[in-house]
Amino acid sequence: MTNHWVDIKNADLILIMGGNAAEAHPCGFKWAIEAKKHRGAKLVVVDPRFTRSAAVADFYAPIRTGSDIAFLGGVINYLLSNNKFNAEYVRYYTNATYLINESYSFADGMFSGFDEAKHSYANDSWQYQKGPDGAPYMDPEMQYPKCVLQLLKQHYSSYTPEMVESVTGTPKEDFLNIAEMIGECSKPDKVMTILYALGWTQHSVGSQMIRTMAIIQLLLGNIGMAGGGINALRGHANVQGITDMNLFGANLPGYLASPSDKEPNLQAFLAAKTPKPVRMAQMNYWVNYPKFMVSLLKAFYGPNATAENNFGYDWMPKITGAQDVLALFEQMHQGKLNGFFCQGFNPLASVSHKAKIGQALAKLKYLVVMDPLATETSEFWKAHGEYNDVKPEEVQTEVFRLPANLFAEQEGSFTNSGRVIQWRWAGQNAPGEGKGDMEIMALLFTKLKAMYADGSGAYAEPIQKLHWPYRIPTSPSPEEVAKEVSGYAMADVLDPKDPTKILAKAGEQLAGFALLRDDGSTACGNWIYAGSWSQAGNLMARRDNSDPSGLGQTLNWGFAWPANRRILYNRASCDVSGKPWDASRTVIKWNGKAWVGNDIPDIRADTPPSESVGPFIMNPEGVARLFAIQGMKEGPFPVHYEPFESPLEANPFFPNNAKARNNPAARVFKGDGDNFGKAADFPHVATTYRLVEHFHYWTKHSVLNAITQPEQFVEIGESLAKEAGIGHGDKVRVSSKRGHIEAVAVVTKRIRSLQIDGKLVHTVGIPLHWGFKGVTRPGYLANTLTPYVGDANTQTPEFKSFLVKIEKA
Amino acid sequence: MSQTMTRRQFFKVTAGGFAGAGLGALGLTPEALQAATRPFKLERTSEARNICPYCSVSCGVLMYSIGDKAKNVEASIIHIEGDPDNPVNRGTLCPKGAGLLEMIHSENRLKFPEVREAGSSEWKRISWDEAITRIATHMKADRDANFKTTNEAGVTVNHWPTVGFLASSAASNEAGYISHKVLRGLGVIGIDTQARI
Repeated sequence: MTNHWVDIKNADLILIMGGNAAEAHPCGFKWAIEAKKHRGAKLVVVDPRFTRSAAVADFYAPIRTGSDIAFLGGVINYLLSNNKFNAEYVRYYTNATYLINESYSFADGMFSGFDEAKHSYANDSWQYQKGPDGAPYMDPEMQYPKCVLQLLKQHYSSYTPEMVESVTGTPKEDFLNIAEMIGECSKPDKVMTILYALGWTQHSVGSQMIRTMAIIQLLLGNIGMAGGGINALRGHANVQGITDMNLFGANLPGYLASPSDKEPNLQAFLAAKTPKPVRMAQMNYWVNYPKFMVSLLKAFYGPNATAENNFGYDWMPKITGAQDVLALFEQMHQGKLNGFFCQGFNPLASVSHKAKIGQALAKLKYLVVMDPLATETSEFWKAHGEYNDVKPEEVQTEVFRLPANLFAEQEGSFTNSGRVIQWRWAGQNAPGEGKGDMEIMALLFTKLKAMYADGSGAYAEPIQKLHWPYRIPTSPSPEEVAKEVSGYAMADVLDPKDPTKILAKAGEQLAGFALLRDDGSTACGNWIYAGSWSQAGNLMARRDNSDPSGLGQTLNWGFAWPANRRILYNRASCDVSGKPWDASRTVIKWNGKAWVGNDIPDIRADTPPSESVGPFIMNPEGVARLFAIQGMKEGPFPVHYEPFESPLEANPFFPNNAKARNNPAARVFKGDGDNFGKAADFPHVATTYRLVEHFHYWTKHSVLNAITQPEQFVEIGESLAKEAGIGHGDKVRVSSKRGHIEAVAVVTKRIRSLQIDGKLVHTVGIPLHWGFKGVTRPGYLANTLTPYVGDANTQTPEFKSFLVKIEKA
Repeated sequence: MSQTMTRRQFFKVTAGGFAGAGLGALGLTPEALQAATRPFKLERTSEARNICPYCSVSCGVLMYSIGDKAKNVEASIIHIEGDPDNPVNRGTLCPKGAGLLEMIHSENRLKFPEVREAGSSEWKRISWDEAITRIATHMKADRDANFKTTNEAGVTVNHWPTVGFLASSAASNEAGYISHKVLRGLGVIGIDTQARI
């Protein structure tokens, strides 16, 4: 979230699309109700199902799963055609005025630069036109045909209300009604927020769905505003924190890149990752990249990391190729992995295409599951009747199952979706011999370190050099680690303006990332968490919930990253002169001498507006990118592409170009393409979702939750039920190209059948909470049905749109 | 919050044998006085603040456990409710969070390290020492056999390509960081987390 949970109450219009906050995030959703009751805000829900969020909305519209870019592209077209955008915001805070290379083009669904053999784009033509000094050319009037605003207009001109209706199934009047409500929020004193979740991320074009919304929020001038922003409602209680710690092959903590085989040394790595300034006066925050990286290396390798050995850069493993979960299971399926660890992760249930996951796990030599619960993954080898039909004697994998503790037995910090880090205390010990995840990792590490102590074996050096200063080496304490994550001085940290002045003494906790250095004098495990445990103590444990501004900022409750800032890009909540767009919702303002207000300014506090430093300081040009010159695999503007399994033969926007039917830059492994179903065999679209009574595959182990939703079911609309001869309560079999499940049919008015491109399309709704372990009645894992393909950027699997058939069991 | 008494202050004032006087001091009705004389079930518990582990609203919870903290006495949580001081959930919990207590005490909690030997159809209980030793032995054998110091082009890579690790998104930030540090320390590159999904 750019904003945070309580801030939802400051919105005038709340759009829920690609999510269902009332059921998946109930206690956060109450802030939407707060906005409705106390601000008169309107709530709009767009979803394939009439969800419980929709049930309390002011307006609901149905949509075909996977077609959100068509809908939102239609909104962009509406806003630009009807002059419903904040022109000053767009002119000064986005790249709308920038000119794009003459060689850039978009024709018949494809951008310039496509390499058909590799299914990927070269983005050379997606760049700014630049003068001899390297500064981009701009057209402040935004009229030149190659300026971003004109390109945007052109790009979405075909997303007419008629086309929206044909592709999405949303009735034209409903679409226009919503577009009009959104357009109202282009007024400086009207703000919209968007609440989305996995309903947007779990598509082969998920990232671009979110980007389409980001473009809308920028056109409206809603990013940086209280009650605005782009708000991803994340799935797990600490999924934000673990993302921040970047447990991804391709990243290091704090969203730093992992070194790859393309960067043989630290100098090459830093040169490749540190952006060059684009505009002279612009604050370009990533210019500090070397400070963040060297401080991380110091946290990892401690005194062993020195300037002479490039701070241990060689010890850090260099990645080769993709390391996302689909890539990992593909490698495993090919027999290239020998060992695998699942820490609080149940991939047999939560990675797409269960059959492939099970086959892959059976090729391992050893599997280690660390979990509080008996997961399906830990018993992938065990026969559980029709739900897991395997022969144990044929599975040669050695499986270890280690009991881990649950939240109630842990101390340490969690980061909520609004980036607020909060400290937690344990209430009991884990049952039996259970241990914490940190202790289990430390036990494995110290054991291996001892086994490598005699210098035998492969490359023992990084194991021996890893900084392990914890009082009990087999069990580091949460406090010790939290302090390392936040950062401390390894030598005196001097003021660059006056080297006689010491800003932090050796051994002291650092107050924030401004104190990080690239000379080895600071260690910091995650630069965006810097300052969370300062000399003042553990700021994550603060519990002062006072809210003097009334905006719900509660600046002394916990600690928000970065720098305790609650609303990101908040400089953009003011106009160019530094005056808030809406004084009643002042986040910060320029008082003539400094930026002050109700949040930590997202700009240097003493930079006057006259210096025209742009608010988007993480981009070197200081403005937000309506046109993405880099970072997006399938193009600088979002395009509607069909899901990989679609009821349509062709993309209605490009009916004659088969290459533009699906995301051209998506990755499909050999063999997985043959596992995609066709509409002739699997005529209905299906989507998966959560129920309010359950959380993922966990709460089926909790008897209270199991009582409230004991048995697996699927939801179908009345017209499909009639067509297929299925009655309410009948047992049905739902099949995809990859397998089948059986469940009770719930026939409901909540799911409508929609007219898509001239044909009637039915939707099958599949709640995902059942499996063959738990205290509910046993059920099938829903990912038995789902396809093995992900978003081109994130590789998040396409759980939300696929094809099935349904029949009476 | 500073103007009014917090719920926990209220509990303190009304706790135990002073219930009558406490409530009287608060100016409540005699009916409430009578109703409060039954010993309050959380009276002898310890309170710990935590966060619901389900969705990312991360609701504050108050957990009440019994056990007098003496050596060999295990604390056990007997009640969980929303933390009214938490600015996000303000004391509420949803239908998922309402079952937290039953989750903690689920019969499906793992209690001991176990192994399922190759080809076997049963679990076997083992000690932590045996589990860690056997896993570390597998890891070392695989790492020694497959660790790469350079790639085909001669560039230093120093990685271990035949292992993968999926990290928990229900672990604390500190556990996540330590996991990351250990994995990179060993040369692991095949790392992913629930966050992607």
